[in-house]
Amino acid sequence: MPQATASQSQEQANAAEQAGALVRVREVHKVYTRGSERIDVLQGVDLDVPRGDYVALMGPSGSGKTTLLNLLAGLDRPSGGSVQVGDDRIDKMSEGELARWRSHHVGFVFQLYNLLPTLTAERNVELPLLLTSLSASDRKRHVAAALKIVGLDDRGRHYPRQLSGGQEQRVAIARAIVGDPTLLLCDEPTGDLDRKSEEEILDLLTALNRDHGKTIVMVTHNPHAAQRARRIVYLNKGQLQSESIQ
Amino acid sequence: MKFLPLVWANLRRKRVRTVFTLLSILVAFLLFGYLGAVSNAFNIGVQIAGVDRLVLTHKVSIILPLPLSYLDRIEQVPGVTEVAHASWFGGIYQDPKNFFAQMAVDPELYLKLYPEFLIPEAQKKAWMEDRTGAICGRYLADKYHWKIGDRIPLVASVWQKKDGSNTWEFTLDGIYDGATTSTDVTQFLFHYKYLDESRVRRNGMVGWYIIRIAHPDQAPQIADKIDALFANSDNETKTSTEKAFMQGFAKQVGNIGAIITSILSVVFFVILLVAGNTMMQSVRERVTELAVLKTVGFSNGLILTLVLCESVMIAAIGGILGLGLARFLIGFGDPTRGALPIFYMPPESAILGAVFVVLLGLATGTIPAIQAMRLQVVQSLRRG
Repeated sequence: MPQATASQSQEQANAAEQAGALVRVREVHKVYTRGSERIDVLQGVDLDVPRGDYVALMGPSGSGKTTLLNLLAGLDRPSGGSVQVGDDRIDKMSEGELARWRSHHVGFVFQLYNLLPTLTAERNVELPLLLTSLSASDRKRHVAAALKIVGLDDRGRHYPRQLSGGQEQRVAIARAIVGDPTLLLCDEPTGDLDRKSEEEILDLLTALNRDHGKTIVMVTHNPHAAQRARRIVYLNKGQLQSESIQ
Repeated sequence: MKFLPLVWANLRRKRVRTVFTLLSILVAFLLFGYLGAVSNAFNIGVQIAGVDRLVLTHKVSIILPLPLSYLDRIEQVPGVTEVAHASWFGGIYQDPKNFFAQMAVDPELYLKLYPEFLIPEAQKKAWMEDRTGAICGRYLADKYHWKIGDRIPLVASVWQKKDGSNTWEFTLDGIYDGATTSTDVTQFLFHYKYLDESRVRRNGMVGWYIIRIAHPDQAPQIADKIDALFANSDNETKTSTEKAFMQGFAKQVGNIGAIITSILSVVFFVILLVAGNTMMQSVRERVTELAVLKTVGFSNGLILTLVLCESVMIAAIGGILGLGLARFLIGFGDPTRGALPIFYMPPESAILGAVFVVLLGLATGTIPAIQAMRLQVVQSLRRG
């Protein structure tokens, strides 16, 4: 696996931009304050993710991976710098605009699946579609298609408690892709799974990237999972340290 | 509508808690509906009082009689259009528990004053021609299964007949209905002549007068003029509007409306705390889920609306069941077996109940909804 230096990384970013990067992160800072303590979680991060890319964000705990992912998802705002996805400067958006933007452009997969326990798999997957103008029958059709992609078309009526961890995560992925988002963001998607389920989820993400052209950014601690990505970006102490291409 | 399954699913999350919350709201609205009917029953006389009717009683007390001769003099007062009189009988039908109003009246004069008593012409004619005849309201006829032609004996507690008997027999010649649901259909009316000619004392005396006036806005002046007519006589009078007269009656029992309002205020305050706490707890328990919804793209406004819908739905289910149950129980009729003969849920109570349902839902849901709306996704997910 070839390792890239910081300057190579810049070259990569430039190349990505020329190729029309979907995600452009420039000089992003994120500062948290805890009492009088100031914590610089991200310190001038630059990152480009071309359309159709599959990027793994790695780094030790507290390196800022999840913070960066949250910024890409429009769940948090940078303290400085810019975050652009497609033509949208999401760091400039209001709360309402961000919510609308997320509903159109982002599919998010959590480590702990975060399915709503009171809803069936179908209803969970349908959630993002409730924000669209699709009719009930169209929503049903989309949900069925998403569940079929993740291989759970026969589990639609099951509640989360009736599914295994791997199945729950697949439902979560179906929920993330059902609205055909621009960007699929995964926060430790295999972090809570056994080895077999982990493989299934990684296979699924690979297929979504390879066969469906989904642009994926995945935060992971797991080198094995990261190797499935096309690129691995290493963060340390809030800075982009290195980048490797598979 | 497409969000309804989501709201409904949240209500089913902790079924036992939801059921208990629903039951507490149900009980509150059951009380609201039922006590509303009680309050209405106490105040019905005031509500149905004619605006153009005055009531003239003895100045000292309503139980003191007035001379029948006053009738002609009252009729002469300018502004007075019709006058009738009534006398309380106070008889017992079979059992002292069977209480209902029995009054000796001049049929023609009385029915003119009370056109809301609807009686078929043939029955009215039969009554006019039958000295011992009587008519009663539909409520009484149904309650005691009386039909036209029945002989109804009443044992008088006050009026002894000249033959020494206390038992007065009447023939039921007619049954009247009310023009509206609030019309008093619990009266038993018979000829004053029968009473006056048969009783041993107080002949030529009546209980009170009912007076119709041409212009209700002149009621105080006309009342003063009438009372002035009998000033310094043996039987001074006190004339008031029928509404004031009925209010006086109702006040003798106590301010039922205020008592009921106090009870309901306490009940609703407690329910507000119970349901409000339930909603707060419900929101606290699913901070992560709300954060997930926001991640998916649900706006703050939508989250606020969904939580409010949830609390309004709980209030609506509990409230509608409570009001429905109250209506069902009210359908069994007067719980006092006679003291509240006109016992029904007034439409205003149902409308007010519906308004309270929505207000309760909004009041209990507002704070949790605002909390849910203000949730920061990143912090909430981290907490989860």
